[in-house]
Amino acid sequence: MNSLTYLVPLLPLATFLVNLLFFRKNRHLAPYIAVGGVLAAFIVSLSLAARLLDNTAPLVDEIRWLDVSGGVLGNFTIKVGTLLDPLCAMMLLVVTGVSTLVHIYSLGYMHDEPGVARFFMYLNLFTFSMLGLVVSPNLYQMYIFWELVGLCSYLLIGFYYEKKSANDACKKAFVVNRVGDFGMFLGILFLTYYLSTADFLALPGKIGNWPIAGPAWLPLGVVALLLFCGAVGKSAQFPLHIWLPDAMEGPTPVSALIHAATMVAAGVYLVARTYVVFDAALFSSVNASQVVAWVGGFTSIFAATIACTQYDIKRVLAYSTLSQLGYMVMALGAGGSGVGAGSFHLFTHAFFKALLFLGAGSVIHAMHTNDIREMGGLWKKLPITGTTFFIACLAIAGVPPLAGFFSKDEILMALSEGHMVKLYWLASGVAFMTAFYMFRLFLMTFTGSEPAHGHPHESPISMTFPLMVLAVLSVVAGWSSLPSEKNFGHYIHYERPAGLAQQWEGAKSLAAAHPEAQGTVKAHELLAAAPLTPAKEEAVKEESHQFQWHAEIWIPATLTGLAGILLALLMYYFKVFSPARVVSALGPVYTLVYNKYYVDEAYAWIVHRVYFVLSRGIAWFDRHVVDGFMNGLAFVSQVSGSVLKRVQNGQVQAYALVFALGLTALLVFVKNVLF
Amino acid sequence: MNLINTLTLSGILFAIGVYGLVTRRNAVGVLMATELLLNSVNLNLVAFNHYLHPAGLGGQMFTLFTITVAAAEATVALALVVALFRARRSVMVEDINQLKW
Repeated sequence: MNSLTYLVPLLPLATFLVNLLFFRKNRHLAPYIAVGGVLAAFIVSLSLAARLLDNTAPLVDEIRWLDVSGGVLGNFTIKVGTLLDPLCAMMLLVVTGVSTLVHIYSLGYMHDEPGVARFFMYLNLFTFSMLGLVVSPNLYQMYIFWELVGLCSYLLIGFYYEKKSANDACKKAFVVNRVGDFGMFLGILFLTYYLSTADFLALPGKIGNWPIAGPAWLPLGVVALLLFCGAVGKSAQFPLHIWLPDAMEGPTPVSALIHAATMVAAGVYLVARTYVVFDAALFSSVNASQVVAWVGGFTSIFAATIACTQYDIKRVLAYSTLSQLGYMVMALGAGGSGVGAGSFHLFTHAFFKALLFLGAGSVIHAMHTNDIREMGGLWKKLPITGTTFFIACLAIAGVPPLAGFFSKDEILMALSEGHMVKLYWLASGVAFMTAFYMFRLFLMTFTGSEPAHGHPHESPISMTFPLMVLAVLSVVAGWSSLPSEKNFGHYIHYERPAGLAQQWEGAKSLAAAHPEAQGTVKAHELLAAAPLTPAKEEAVKEESHQFQWHAEIWIPATLTGLAGILLALLMYYFKVFSPARVVSALGPVYTLVYNKYYVDEAYAWIVHRVYFVLSRGIAWFDRHVVDGFMNGLAFVSQVSGSVLKRVQNGQVQAYALVFALGLTALLVFVKNVLF
Repeated sequence: MNLINTLTLSGILFAIGVYGLVTRRNAVGVLMATELLLNSVNLNLVAFNHYLHPAGLGGQMFTLFTITVAAAEATVALALVVALFRARRSVMVEDINQLKW
């Protein structure tokens, strides 16, 4: 064992098992045991991360699990174990850190719930699954934990199992995720088939040495898109985003932990881990990175517009999560420094979004309602919640020097470096809308006139303590990207394998040599046409991966965020012009957005009018043709049996007669035919 | 008298036995037909012994065994018929048809 990485997932699992076996009904002890498990995991993660600060070489511990010999793969081994590298360590810190805070928060929030022990067991199990996913050294192990995470999400969304809406929501989440997971599993199988490995560390080498450009690259594009299917499902990108807003039926700490900070980041993590496949797909006619970027971009603006219209505090945050996840995915698709930028946004977003959700939970705890129209003036009543919520809003709106400012800048940087002009403008628009809807939410909840009924009071210390910690993190998390010798980008970035870089350079120089062919001949065709010159290697080797600063990016971005805040202030604080007039001015557009673009209804229509009709046809075929054939067989045997059984009449003499005649016939046959 | 004549006689006896076995409606009659079958076989055995292997006694010894076994069989079978009559008040074989399906 090279490292103690295996301890990180196993500690929450251990406390889960202890609670399961001994304290299943113990509402006083089980929560504290659960908190102990994740806290220990967090401490181990800290020590692991500290170890990586100086030496970023990945540490791998693996044992053989399944040997597959023969078949198309030759000898192929599926391993289980742990992989520790900076990306993984970052995720470990986020998951264990946020999970610990959410556990502590839940001590207060879930205190009066009947199933509190069950709740903490699920939380532990989820933390274990997510950590197992993060430390996976290969896609197979990742897939197992991927599904486990989905299961935990299902259990936690359906925690209030006596509520029908919660039951529907958890089923929806599970089913929608299955759609994406199916694609992901196909992708894993294809990847294994083409590269005969599923180990993350082996991927760059294998792909760098991929024989020759040309049609052979096509499979990689397909693999990349299939893997991305999994990310679309888990990270709730359009069109599989529909489960995430409904997942708000779960308890609020769950929303904070799973549906904002950690689990939904799994898709982003998957893409970042396997980014080399997406990068290599540049050579194929399937441009996977472009697809990734546009899916992310579309999701982010799509969800941001919906978030501007919702009134349920958790739903606004849910759509905001969708939008921010779209941001990360868009960054990944931008390529180059986008992987680092997307991962960085994942890192900062985890803190302020967890804070927003936990703050929302604190508000709901005090108000017993989710509707922001029934709230107002809560800042005075809930000073800690209000202040921390305000910090989180500033962070997500991208106000310097809070965390969101840094990570959004990185993403915008990556987009402009990747020459994705349309997406750059789109991302700026989303940043504006993000600032607007977050401050709309904040102003409607915490300022203005106080509600007529109820006596809201500040939450207990177990709930406010995590809020304060997260508020501090929301401020400082971004500083890890400040220009220095070793900032965030130094640790987490995507390095194009040398072999791939060489081929890419070759393709570029060929394209430059054939300007008349630009736009008509694809890179891989050029590459296939001419041999490569292995000269450019040192040119791409020593590239700096540190995040950089460009005034032309961050100043407009900041101004955009401030403009969004200003608009929200004008509408909801100074009431210069009333939201109702905006609504009526927008008319049907507002109705469309308010109803979430009728995506759910479209799915319902497809399911009812297309899927069910098809199913009915198939059911008819099954019932009448397949079953009919089987029933026919049974009927024929039954009828022939009932006819034949008449021969057996129970009269021994009749048997004797047949016997005698048969014997005679046999003798005649032997005598005359055989001899 | 020669072998063929004796075997013909035995064959005719056997055929009568089979006919009786299949057609008699009374269980006792069926048993009597069975005795006819056995005796035709006995005749066969003795005839073969006499004409083909005059020095030996194997066929005749075998016949003695058959007679003994036939006597035992008749005893058991008649006891069955009596028991059957007690149970069902009938010894007609067409009534004994439970052994089916």
